[in-house]
Amino acid sequence: MKPDFHLFRRTRALEQKIDSFFDKLSESSVFFRLAIRVYIKQGLNEEFNTRLQRVNKLESEADVLRREIEKQLYTNTLIPDSRGNVLELIERSDELLSSLEGPLWAFTIEKPDIPKEYRQGFRKLTNMVVKAVDEVGLSGRAFFRSPHDVPAYNHKVMLYEKEADVISTELKKAIFSSDLDLAHKLHLREFVENIDNVADLAEDIADRLAIFAIKRTV
Amino acid sequence: MEPLVLLFLSSGLFLGWALGANDAANVFGTAVGTKMLKWRTAAIICAVFVILGALISGAGTSHTLGKLGSISAMPGAFMTALSAAIAVYSMTKSGLPVSTSQAIVGAIIGWNLFSSNPTDATTLSKILSTWIICPVLSAIIAVILYKTHRFLSKHIKLHMIMADAYTRLALILAGAFGAYSLGANNIANVVGVFIPAKPFPDIMIGTYLFSSTQQLFLLGGIAIAIGVFTYSKGVMMTVGDNLGRLTPITALITVISHSIVLFMFASRGLESWLAGNGLPTIPLVPVSSSQAVVGAVVGISILKGAAGIRWFVLRLIVTGWVATPLIAGVICFIGLFFLQNVFGLVVI
Repeated sequence: MKPDFHLFRRTRALEQKIDSFFDKLSESSVFFRLAIRVYIKQGLNEEFNTRLQRVNKLESEADVLRREIEKQLYTNTLIPDSRGNVLELIERSDELLSSLEGPLWAFTIEKPDIPKEYRQGFRKLTNMVVKAVDEVGLSGRAFFRSPHDVPAYNHKVMLYEKEADVISTELKKAIFSSDLDLAHKLHLREFVENIDNVADLAEDIADRLAIFAIKRTV
Repeated sequence: MEPLVLLFLSSGLFLGWALGANDAANVFGTAVGTKMLKWRTAAIICAVFVILGALISGAGTSHTLGKLGSISAMPGAFMTALSAAIAVYSMTKSGLPVSTSQAIVGAIIGWNLFSSNPTDATTLSKILSTWIICPVLSAIIAVILYKTHRFLSKHIKLHMIMADAYTRLALILAGAFGAYSLGANNIANVVGVFIPAKPFPDIMIGTYLFSSTQQLFLLGGIAIAIGVFTYSKGVMMTVGDNLGRLTPITALITVISHSIVLFMFASRGLESWLAGNGLPTIPLVPVSSSQAVVGAVVGISILKGAAGIRWFVLRLIVTGWVATPLIAGVICFIGLFFLQNVFGLVVI
């Protein structure tokens, strides 16, 4: 058990808020993956909606945490040398979290028809994207505790992002070489890109984190 | 107490004020400059601990300055302190880094030359050697502390927010230690020259004897504290930018290194412990707080590849170190001439 000195109670609380923020990100990625799997397998149903609501709730909670973290960092003038970097990291991570919610809403509104032959591709793409998100979440956590470990996590983010690009390209090629009508093709392409964009955002955060971590370790 | 005594003491108090205005920044400037501490908090801690350091541990370095030149006449002591204060004040106004310790040594030598009093070569060489040893030692301590920090930060995975809280607390503790060491080490610069003249009668408070020297230390400590409160804010805000940008951790290491060095050159306890264990002792000499800080910053910068050092500023600092004692010595010599021959005062 960690000692809870009164002197550092507020500090400990802020530390927990930051940890909790990254918990929201990793939980969201889990529900994002589960929601897409449900959609691919069963289409829109109660289970999908439950997952979507979960991601939506997590996103709202993360927003509240982000504001509290930002407010506390500024009002108490904490970590003066890294405050800008931390705020950027938290804001970009919040955008990443929001980007997980976007495609799920699109599934609800647009109800794309995913033919059987592309379902495996969508599943693989989602898995890879979620891995990139999870790794960038770990990288973000490492930035706060052990910046020396950030490059190792970032390396995996890059790897998963590249793999996600390969899968999405293959998927789009397959879609556009099929006999589907153009509107259907474009519709599917948009979903592939929406999902793939999440990995791109994760990679952008990893790039920034690499710089932030160097600044902390020199 | 004669009103003239206060008039003569005013130069020492002015020097104390200048020391507080400048050197408080060496103790807390990095912490305030990096926004880790509020100036008001820093000023209160600094004032309290400077006075405590002066009262409790100020005697050692005063003794050494006394050996360099024992000025027994109050007008002579007045001029010596005044010339040091003028040197410090004018150089500060010109934006040049300055050492109170060097100014007072220069002024005492000026008095020695005027009074044809031989300067004790052993004491002088001891003092001069500390001007080099002080920044070098500070740099070495800073490098050791920085390496230790890097090693620990790799192995102890402390959350950045918690590390920030610990750093703030450490900056307060190190600052308090630094202020204590500054008071202990530098009080001799402020009132040391007045000690042989014994301007105050000893006072018995119950069973405790409040000697003339201690009364001087208290007055000097208060003058330093006033300097901290009235003029140090601006200096504290800019001190971090002089040599290169400091992070809160390098700020902390700088303050600790500076404080250790000043303490080493002021502590009679440490001196007797070293002597008791057959180890070489460290001379009890007032050293420059600014040089200790510069030494620490340069030490860390060299460790990081020397890319962050602004060599122009460093050259300026070294020039200041050479110029300060010379200017103080010349002003003292001329001032004593006027006091003796124009005002007819006894200065020797």
